[in-house]
Amino acid sequence: MTGDTIPEAARLPRRAGAGDAAGEEPRPRRQPREDGRFLFSPWHLVLIPLAVVMLVPMVWMLVTSLETLNETRHFPPVLLPHTLAPGNYAQVLRQAPFARWFVNTLIVTVATVAGNLLLCAMAGYAFARIKFFGREVVFILVLATLMIPFQVVMIPTFIIVKHLGLINTLGGLIVPNLAQAFGIFLFRQFFRTLPVELEEAARIDGASRLGVLFKIVLPLSGPALATVAVITFLYTWNDFLWPLITIYSPNNMALQLGLTTFEGTHQTTTNLLMAANVMSLLPVLLLFFLAQRYFIRGIASTGLKG
Amino acid sequence: MTRIRRIAESDHFSGWALAFPAVFLIFLFGIVPIIWSALLSFQRTNLLSPPQWIGLANYRALPSDPLFRQSVVHSLVYTALFVPLSVAGGLLAAVALNRRIRGIVLYRTAVFVPVVLSTIATAIMFLWLLDPNFGLINFLLSKVGLGPYGFFDSTSGALYSIVGMTVWGWIGFDVIVYLAALQGIPATLIEAAEIDGARAWSKFRHLTVPLLGPATLFLVVWSTINALQLFDEVYFLTRGGPGTATYVVVYYLYNLAFAQGIAGYAAAIAYVLMIAIMCLTLIQLGIGRRWVHYAS
Repeated sequence: MTGDTIPEAARLPRRAGAGDAAGEEPRPRRQPREDGRFLFSPWHLVLIPLAVVMLVPMVWMLVTSLETLNETRHFPPVLLPHTLAPGNYAQVLRQAPFARWFVNTLIVTVATVAGNLLLCAMAGYAFARIKFFGREVVFILVLATLMIPFQVVMIPTFIIVKHLGLINTLGGLIVPNLAQAFGIFLFRQFFRTLPVELEEAARIDGASRLGVLFKIVLPLSGPALATVAVITFLYTWNDFLWPLITIYSPNNMALQLGLTTFEGTHQTTTNLLMAANVMSLLPVLLLFFLAQRYFIRGIASTGLKG
Repeated sequence: MTRIRRIAESDHFSGWALAFPAVFLIFLFGIVPIIWSALLSFQRTNLLSPPQWIGLANYRALPSDPLFRQSVVHSLVYTALFVPLSVAGGLLAAVALNRRIRGIVLYRTAVFVPVVLSTIATAIMFLWLLDPNFGLINFLLSKVGLGPYGFFDSTSGALYSIVGMTVWGWIGFDVIVYLAALQGIPATLIEAAEIDGARAWSKFRHLTVPLLGPATLFLVVWSTINALQLFDEVYFLTRGGPGTATYVVVYYLYNLAFAQGIAGYAAAIAYVLMIAIMCLTLIQLGIGRRWVHYAS
């Protein structure tokens, strides 16, 4: 399937500081700016409408979240609210177990990210460096799961999780996602780019495999750790279908599922719905701006979105 | 004692010890369910009472199931619109964004941000943006004498509204991939074309587009896989409606398995979906191999 494209696309950049796609880093000097200090590049005429189209839905959500209910029930729409109503946000927190959903999502996301970093790094290291019985076959089986649509495994996974007694618990959201094939693959590819001599020297000095991994390899693996962390965070925070199947009581819901029930009861209070939506986005947006480089690299290399 | 130590220090042991936790989880939640799903697809089962083996009956029933046929058509229409629009849109946007001009970081950020938004958050935004009564888009359309449109509420427009919304949500992903590929194009190639007097359009058509071939192939394959799995937006915005206007394969499958408890039949649909995705991917890669030129 995507076997032909994944290895090429998943090649991790070796230089920690080179955010190729991010665009914050200056490109080589031989390419001067295309517009001089006072010249207006015609490309702005293309890029401004593009940026407007991309930003309007988000800005409109933000504006609506600060409007009063009457202002949202008005046509033509009130583009600039007369007075800001930040009380909407407080009202959301009072009306729904929103804080609870937020904490639930945070617990699930942090646990899933931690699990993936630890377990995938360990497995990735074994696949990259240790020759053990059955390594190739197991690795191919792991990779094969990358190509299976979630819908195929969804029903039996539900039955398994039910047998484990984890339906309608946060554990049911965490355990099946604790180790993902793409994380193993990413770590393996990254570890293979590291020079092996350092590890061999440590082994001769009597360090165990686990010791080498934690004391020598992982400290050099910042970019891979960041990429897996950021992608797992995004995936877990935004996941919808699996929580929809496993969770039914409001107190155990994660944000995305909670938002849909909130929408069900607040269809007519758009301002509150938008305030809830803004709050649900804040952590992801915050992380995006803090770690834009890793987001972009991770998205480009794993093909992950939503 | 020494023998135990020798085993514990062997590569077979340490390799398996390190790999085991992750491999076990992937085995339990990734590989076992694939086989289990295949078994389910040959059964009549609601997951509660004992299953009944019915051979290929689930698969045989599919072609004459009107709702399944509609779902397939809707999924294919959605994919046929979403993939070219998002990939071509991403290409044009990436070419526009691949330059050093003032404010470029802001432009890029504006295009990238929707990529990190969840499907539900995006759907909530567009539900309001496209509201039939108070929506901003209907207001703008009314300024030029159009509308009002029902968008997600309209039988004829709901699927296209979902196409538009998901293209908005995905285009940043295509841009990220294309920008990374564009920056891998050697500047000397572009300069050589300029020295040869190539015009902007012909440079784009005969140089940039072919050099981006591998990225395009990756995006087409990946977008198709994801488009055929459309679910969240349909579940949240339309529940397959109005009527059955937005019934797509995964929504139908979900409904069968988890609302109606017809798990065996749903598993058969999941398998058909998987095989369809694999076939489409192979076809695309096969066509791609003929047309895409890999440098070096």
